[in-house]
Amino acid sequence: MLQDKDRIFTNVYGFQPWNLPAARMRGDWDDTKTLMALGQDTIIDRVKASGLRGRGGAGFPTGTKWSFMPKEPRPDRPNFLVINADESEPGSCKDREIIRHDPHKLIEGALIAGFAMRARAAYIYIRGEYIREAETLFAAVREAYDSGMLGKNAAGSGYDFDVFVHRGAGAYICGEETAMLESLEGKKGQPRLKPPFPAGAGLYGCPTTVNNVESIAVVPTILRRGPEWFSSFGAENNKGTKLFQISGHVNKPVVVEEAMSISFRELIETHCGGIRGGWDNLLAVIPGGSSVPLVPAAQIMDCAMDFDGLRAVGSGLGTAAVIVMDKSTDIVRAISRLSYFYKHESCGQCTPCREGTGWMWRVMERLRTGDADISEIDTLHQVTKQVEGHTICALGDAAAWPIQGLIRHFRPEIERRINERNGTGTAPMQEAAE
Amino acid sequence: MPKLKVDGIEVEVPQGATVLQACEAAGKEIPRFCYHERLSIAGNCRMCLVEVKPGPPKPQASCALPAADNQEIRTDSPMVKAAREGVMEFLLINHPLDCPICDQGGECDLQDQSIAYGKGHSRYTENKRAVTEKYMGPIIKTIMTRCIQCTRCVRFGEEVAGVDEIGAIYRGEDMQITTYLEKAFKSELSGNTVDLCPVGALTHKPVAFEYRPWELKRNLSIDVMDAVGTNIRADSRGRQVMRVLPRINEDVNEEWAHDKTRYHVDGLVRRRLDRPFVRRDGKLVEASWDEAFDAIAAVNAGSSVAAIAGDLLDCETMYAAKALLKGLGSELLESRQTGMAYDVSSLGAVAFNPTIAGVEEADAILLIGSNLRWEAPLINTRIRKAIKKGAKVFAIGPEVDLTYKLEWLGNDLSLLGKLPDQVVQAFDGASKPLVIVGPGALKDGFGGALALVEPMNLVREGWNGFGVIHTAAARMGALMLGFAQRGGIADVVAAAPKLTFFLGADEVDFSKFANSFKVFIGHHGDKGAHHADVILPSATYAEKPGTYVNLEGRVQHADRAVFAPGDAREDWSILRALSDRLGRTLPFDSFDELRAAMAAEVPALGQEGLVTFPWAAPALSATSTGSVTYPIADFYLTNAICRASPTMQRCSAELLHGEEFAEAAE
Repeated sequence: MLQDKDRIFTNVYGFQPWNLPAARMRGDWDDTKTLMALGQDTIIDRVKASGLRGRGGAGFPTGTKWSFMPKEPRPDRPNFLVINADESEPGSCKDREIIRHDPHKLIEGALIAGFAMRARAAYIYIRGEYIREAETLFAAVREAYDSGMLGKNAAGSGYDFDVFVHRGAGAYICGEETAMLESLEGKKGQPRLKPPFPAGAGLYGCPTTVNNVESIAVVPTILRRGPEWFSSFGAENNKGTKLFQISGHVNKPVVVEEAMSISFRELIETHCGGIRGGWDNLLAVIPGGSSVPLVPAAQIMDCAMDFDGLRAVGSGLGTAAVIVMDKSTDIVRAISRLSYFYKHESCGQCTPCREGTGWMWRVMERLRTGDADISEIDTLHQVTKQVEGHTICALGDAAAWPIQGLIRHFRPEIERRINERNGTGTAPMQEAAE
Repeated sequence: MPKLKVDGIEVEVPQGATVLQACEAAGKEIPRFCYHERLSIAGNCRMCLVEVKPGPPKPQASCALPAADNQEIRTDSPMVKAAREGVMEFLLINHPLDCPICDQGGECDLQDQSIAYGKGHSRYTENKRAVTEKYMGPIIKTIMTRCIQCTRCVRFGEEVAGVDEIGAIYRGEDMQITTYLEKAFKSELSGNTVDLCPVGALTHKPVAFEYRPWELKRNLSIDVMDAVGTNIRADSRGRQVMRVLPRINEDVNEEWAHDKTRYHVDGLVRRRLDRPFVRRDGKLVEASWDEAFDAIAAVNAGSSVAAIAGDLLDCETMYAAKALLKGLGSELLESRQTGMAYDVSSLGAVAFNPTIAGVEEADAILLIGSNLRWEAPLINTRIRKAIKKGAKVFAIGPEVDLTYKLEWLGNDLSLLGKLPDQVVQAFDGASKPLVIVGPGALKDGFGGALALVEPMNLVREGWNGFGVIHTAAARMGALMLGFAQRGGIADVVAAAPKLTFFLGADEVDFSKFANSFKVFIGHHGDKGAHHADVILPSATYAEKPGTYVNLEGRVQHADRAVFAPGDAREDWSILRALSDRLGRTLPFDSFDELRAAMAAEVPALGQEGLVTFPWAAPALSATSTGSVTYPIADFYLTNAICRASPTMQRCSAELLHGEEFAEAAE
């Protein structure tokens, strides 16, 4: 269990105020100038050394990502940092807690990260539904400006840096990095083709890095306590601490900061008071937000909660939004609901996702009630394969994986429903030829 | 120059080429819906997926992937086949199976590609989606249920037409293509979106349900609606031209055509003059050809004859008229029927020297008195391209929306003598400076514009940056044939001819010819026919072969598409028959002989291709004063054919005059 002294987000439950004086008491904005005096390359090296991997889901090493930015930006093409606070993945709620209760961690991180990648400004794209959170963030940025932490000569470092907060309008796809850039530019939020990658041509055609809120917010603490401290947690290649968001059928759902690579059992037992109805009652877990495949109880129980551990069981860490489902769950219905979500949130740009998500959802709805033929399970699986990997962004994959996970692990359950509805118990009823 | 292998065939493609282009270079067909050479890359249809090594183990969109050294592309692997079948299946699940009643049927990309790359059956058993129709104006008919969201029309509107009015709303399978607030798509290039549409979502409204593509005969022709000389295909069925489509000619129209070019065709069968008329007791009455010719012969004008050429004429007609007048002993020829009188002593000075394609390379452009969007929409799109490459554009004249960002200097031609600093600077640094003189400035600004040639060094090695815009398809040919008087039509009026031939000339101020016997040889009952003493019915451009010279001096041949209606005859044969009656028989008995005679007199007209006029600026006064009035008041109604076309009338009423048309509920 992570000790309290090693927590980065010390106010994640909001026991203290979020504002600047309280944040200062927690150590934020403490001599930021000195941190920045380390120099840009040193900061990037230290972040690299800490082993921090992107907290938005893909897990790309953060320091490496920053190093792709041009070292000498042209005056007419400044570098930009875009912070992804469009947290819309079903199950995820960590960025909300950070912005609500610890916004200055994010803003200080934005300054340091922006400085390190030689950015002119940071844009924080906050999810439209986060109304109170956006208000807090606006106020916190105002505080930072008023106290000289942002703007000209930010935090006395001699570096000019601005932070703009931009509210989204509620589209899930705007959490995809290039769709976010389109949306920030005032266009319809649709992912762009890559290449060019944002580090080459991003926001307004300028070099841009898009980072998750958590990735940015942990940076000042990593620099203050040293990369060695951060990399002392977690297994090799999965370093650091992480906010886990456990929801569903646990006794105490919670957002908690824990060391990476903690086992699922320990995570649930320590922080959530165990599974509702005991461990025997566990059916399956979606370990990383709605877009990763579910993992059945037997495989997840002692699995390490990190990027590699979850990949080994055919899933992923994603945003570490752990959705726990006990045996009272209608698992087909649960996945069908996720299919509906992806159908609703597909941007409509590329064909497989636009047409495929609706098709998959409609078949899922029939599988839910068993109103289908056994062969349709295979058809559905093929359709998910036709969507996966054929689209511009990863939403197509995200829509396909939950269904693939369901068919992989719960095919007998789906077949049972079909057979039950057909009334034969085992084989589907033969229709008389007309 | 990346070298790569496509299905084992080694190809080398230019730097910056895409994998799709590399595949085409290797002779492999790549199916596509959203990709179009002239539009930006969207990469959203996913039909062009290919297998690429090295790369991730999934198919990649070849239209968006840059070709790189040592790539190995497979277009025939099982993975690619499965990907294409998958995408095709997805496209078809929500596409209605209404091909039998779809106007795109027979020339539909989706039909063709589903046969070539599809599975042949669908596993989709759910209900299909339906989308409400969208209103896009008098040209574009929508059946949006058929839309496959390729966004070609959206990109065309943004990038080529410069009118941001088509876009997509909603998300996912509810995504719909629509115009802003369902208002008409107000672009003179709107018809091109119909050609671009790979399915039957956008079809030609004026000819909805009128024909099937396989019923049509293709006839190669040249557009006469403006002086650009758009290469067209006049598709006919029986005796009627059903539609006009652009042909690809990179030097002239690329593959675009404006709406007047495309949709004037219903004017070709309306208000036609299909028999001769003679004025008796102040009234035009039907007559036979002999009676009409007798009436002309009775004038006994001797050599007091003149001929005014209209805007839509082919060179052969004008040459025949010139030969007839020569036989009669007159040289009173004029083509600038509205009364313009600029110096034509040097044809180089009145041609569009930079060439249409050359406009794209210009890096500083000054428009003098030109509403290019109406006078030559397809040159306007070239300027848009030049701007994309970094050209700076300035304009003198009344401010109009030319679809791109430019600096208006004011409506005062005296500015030519004292150009503002920013213009001078932009032209000083330009490697290909371009000055475009529109018809609005030819009267008062021609001398001033020519005076810029020297100081701005417009004519240099490999580049001539002085271009004049004409609006009449016949103009350059007419000038080459000498249809111009020093003082313009006023000279003809001053000579007071007893007999005047109006060759399709409808825009003349006929009151000045009150004492002349007026013979109108034309095809539409418009203003010219109204004032005539004798009407000889002739053929439109679609009903005769002919030679046309566009504003650059490009000689192009058109074929006959259909035959003229009723008693109407091809113009040259009318003049030939009349010459017989007047006792001055013309020395040619067939069209080919006429063409040969014309080529003998003006060799440049003898072969197709660009004529290079030697550059020689006439000595004119360099001081220009006055303001500019654009000559085209209504883009859709510039000539007799358009004015007879219900489609063009409706375009004018709705798009230019803001009338609203209620759609009948179906």
